[in-house]
Amino acid sequence: MTIRSDRDHGQRYRPRMSCLKKLEATVVQMQDPSTGVKGTDQKLNVTVIPHVITGQDIVAWITKNMNVDNDEAQAFGTMLVAYGYIYPLQDHKKLVLRPDGSLYRFQTPYFWPVQKWNAEDTDYAIYLAKRNIRKKGVLDAYEQEEYNRLHKWMNHKWDFIVMQAKEQYHAGKARQKADRVVFDCQERAYWIVHRPPAQTHSAMDYGLDRHIDPNAEEKKTYDYYRRIIIYTQQAVMRSRVKSSVSLGALAKYITTFKNHDPFLVPCLPSNPWQTDDDSYWELNAPDVEIPTKMRVERWSFSFYELLNDPRGRADFKIFLKKEFSGENLAFWEAAEELKWGTAASMSEKAEQIFKTFLAPGAPRWINIDGRTMGLTVKGLEHPHRYVLDAAQTHIFMLMKKDTFYRYLKSPVYKEMQKKAISPAPHNFTEAQLQENMRNRRPSIDPIITWQKEQEEKAKAAAAAGPIDIKKLMASKLDRK
Amino acid sequence: MLMVEMCHVTFASTSEHHQLCRLEYRSRLIIKSTFIDISVIRLCFVKMACQGLAKGETIHTLKAESETLKGKLEEERAKLHDVELHQVAEKIEALGQFVMKTRRTLKGHGNKVLCMDWCRDKRRIVSSSQDGKVIVWDAYTTNKEHAVTMPCTWVMACAYAPSGCAVACGGLDNKCSVYPLSLDKNENLAAKKKSVAMHTNYLSSCSFTNSDMQILTSSGDGTCALWDVESGQLLQSFHGHSADVLSLNLAPSETGNTFVSGGCDKKANVWDMRSGQNVQSFETHESDINSVKYYPSGDAFATGSDDATCRLYDLRADREVAIYSKESIIFGASSVDFSLSGRLLFAGYNDYTINVWDVLKGTRVAILFGHENRVSTVRVSPDGTAFCSGSWDNTLRIWA
Repeated sequence: MTIRSDRDHGQRYRPRMSCLKKLEATVVQMQDPSTGVKGTDQKLNVTVIPHVITGQDIVAWITKNMNVDNDEAQAFGTMLVAYGYIYPLQDHKKLVLRPDGSLYRFQTPYFWPVQKWNAEDTDYAIYLAKRNIRKKGVLDAYEQEEYNRLHKWMNHKWDFIVMQAKEQYHAGKARQKADRVVFDCQERAYWIVHRPPAQTHSAMDYGLDRHIDPNAEEKKTYDYYRRIIIYTQQAVMRSRVKSSVSLGALAKYITTFKNHDPFLVPCLPSNPWQTDDDSYWELNAPDVEIPTKMRVERWSFSFYELLNDPRGRADFKIFLKKEFSGENLAFWEAAEELKWGTAASMSEKAEQIFKTFLAPGAPRWINIDGRTMGLTVKGLEHPHRYVLDAAQTHIFMLMKKDTFYRYLKSPVYKEMQKKAISPAPHNFTEAQLQENMRNRRPSIDPIITWQKEQEEKAKAAAAAGPIDIKKLMASKLDRK
Repeated sequence: MLMVEMCHVTFASTSEHHQLCRLEYRSRLIIKSTFIDISVIRLCFVKMACQGLAKGETIHTLKAESETLKGKLEEERAKLHDVELHQVAEKIEALGQFVMKTRRTLKGHGNKVLCMDWCRDKRRIVSSSQDGKVIVWDAYTTNKEHAVTMPCTWVMACAYAPSGCAVACGGLDNKCSVYPLSLDKNENLAAKKKSVAMHTNYLSSCSFTNSDMQILTSSGDGTCALWDVESGQLLQSFHGHSADVLSLNLAPSETGNTFVSGGCDKKANVWDMRSGQNVQSFETHESDINSVKYYPSGDAFATGSDDATCRLYDLRADREVAIYSKESIIFGASSVDFSLSGRLLFAGYNDYTINVWDVLKGTRVAILFGHENRVSTVRVSPDGTAFCSGSWDNTLRIWA
């Protein structure tokens, strides 16, 4: 087959089946007379069928030559059967490889998936008609259905189809019995792969066709190259980091989170999926009173982890309240809401934020440098989604580099660490596990949880109105 | 992250802006952050690219220039490449034996399962299939909670909203629709359906951003797009792939401003959501990229492809750092996901198996059997306690 373009996605054989190339190489190896799978002659009814191989021999060969273990070899063998490179002689409709004495044969290259591009309906009709001629009523139920359907659709061609079927049938009769039986088996196997029985999927089914043909030549006009040039210039210019630094960071992340990964270290008290006991989820609920030690430890890994966990964020808010610097986090949250909010509410939100946080003398005025403040205020005249980005980043960095570390050293956090619980691991007996399985608890619908959260937020917003400093100071002075 | 700087002067018109751009482009492209309307910048690039051939330029000179630049880029990347991933991995201890079993099998779809997503409550999932059905399950009890029948077949994309109150799905209808979920089991969810995204070809993947109000979609027409759910307005579109885009994933970083997409043109592109710019691009795969997923820290991402390999790309070092492949694996990887710590990479393949890779050492730690047809989707639960796999054998399995 000539290679038409150098843009080969391995798909010139068939769309989305670049694996066929390698499959074929393996099948050819398996048929090598000296190093391949050993075949024997088998007696089937009256005829003797040559080159029959057993399932266990196939599995053994794959295990040895591809350096894999038995399970994987069996899975690979099943693939060979599913794609039609090997077909079963007994139970021909089930395309799996049985690692026992079941009999298989190699399919002739004429019927390999790569050769016949599209298994045409015409060919299928001829095949079914031919079988009908040989023995009336030998077709299976699904085949009969297909036959009737094709008869209806191809009525205009039916004479041609019947003629072809008769021709092939007579040509077949001229062959020797053994050859005929073998050819029939091969043809039957081919059609099982390409027109599978009802309720089964064919391996030839690759899903949808791609909209854009990956093997087609892309028009390379001047703007195509211009775009590449512009992009590559930018790319060369961008700053990058040494591999040792960035890979080191990846490895560090893994080590930091190792104990928190339920696949690496069992979670306490137990993994709900394994023991059917959902205490783990109860103990780690978003609004739980006393969090677990693991959870509190996780807050110290990075500011992002702390903010991401609603319980952690709540704890951080308590700390900020004590420090009288809650406006920073409040501003950040409001900016997030603006960024991810619906387009319609944007100008209203922007105005609200301006009044509360940015206007001179605002009740929760945030302390950002003059330049950023200037740009933000100017941007707010024509508010768009990202108008607060600069200010938000500034405030976030401030919290991350300063407030976060003070929080970790604060009595609020230290107390939380002391209070945090460390659940003991479950030790269920077999009987208890069975019991658990029968009594899996359903949980509250997330819609209800969401509604409750929204109510809480509304209440908190109403209660924690902007703190009027003057009044507060006035009341303090009064008391003095 | 790449952003483009313009001067601190506000521009009155696009053409003035463009002029300044050209000046910068000729000398050097400076890269810093800006606070003005950024979509103008993209317009600028497009305009620059589409300028007719200047004096003395031909297709061949342009092609030669682009080749030299690509060579220069590779040089720059290689300069900082001082260590391989497996060398860094030597200091890390090896993993023990894994016992991962199917803990739940969810049966109920009538045809191939194409996509699934977890709810943030860590136990509910939404799944979509070829026959047009979208089902919301409580995977823990295996109960079906909601079911929607889409008006099209091949629902290739589905996503659960962060609030847990809605699901989004789409496929051959070229649209992405949002269905608000209801507490009333008898209510017909299709009545309140909201059509959000409109593409010119099939929808391959969709994802909510940090809230229920925005959706990011990718399509067979080669583009990705960001939409406002309430109004259905297109907020930003992302052009750069030269073939179908099959998958996208949002960055888990605190800034949350970028996402990665993978397509049939063998490229994985990183995009800035604000400007619509393609920030980074990687083209080392040999075939279609079926799936992209960020590393939990947001500094790297993994891809699964039809060339039977999964690869890890480091964003800060700007290069491919690992290939996960084996001689005996010759079928394409359809879907990948990381475990919570990023140490394990779960990949579903077209040979009905799921392979689990050690991300650092590059070796395979386990192979999972059980599905009777292609594994089409693999996703780890939000708290990392289990992962779910959906397959063309009409079932979903939860493994832990």
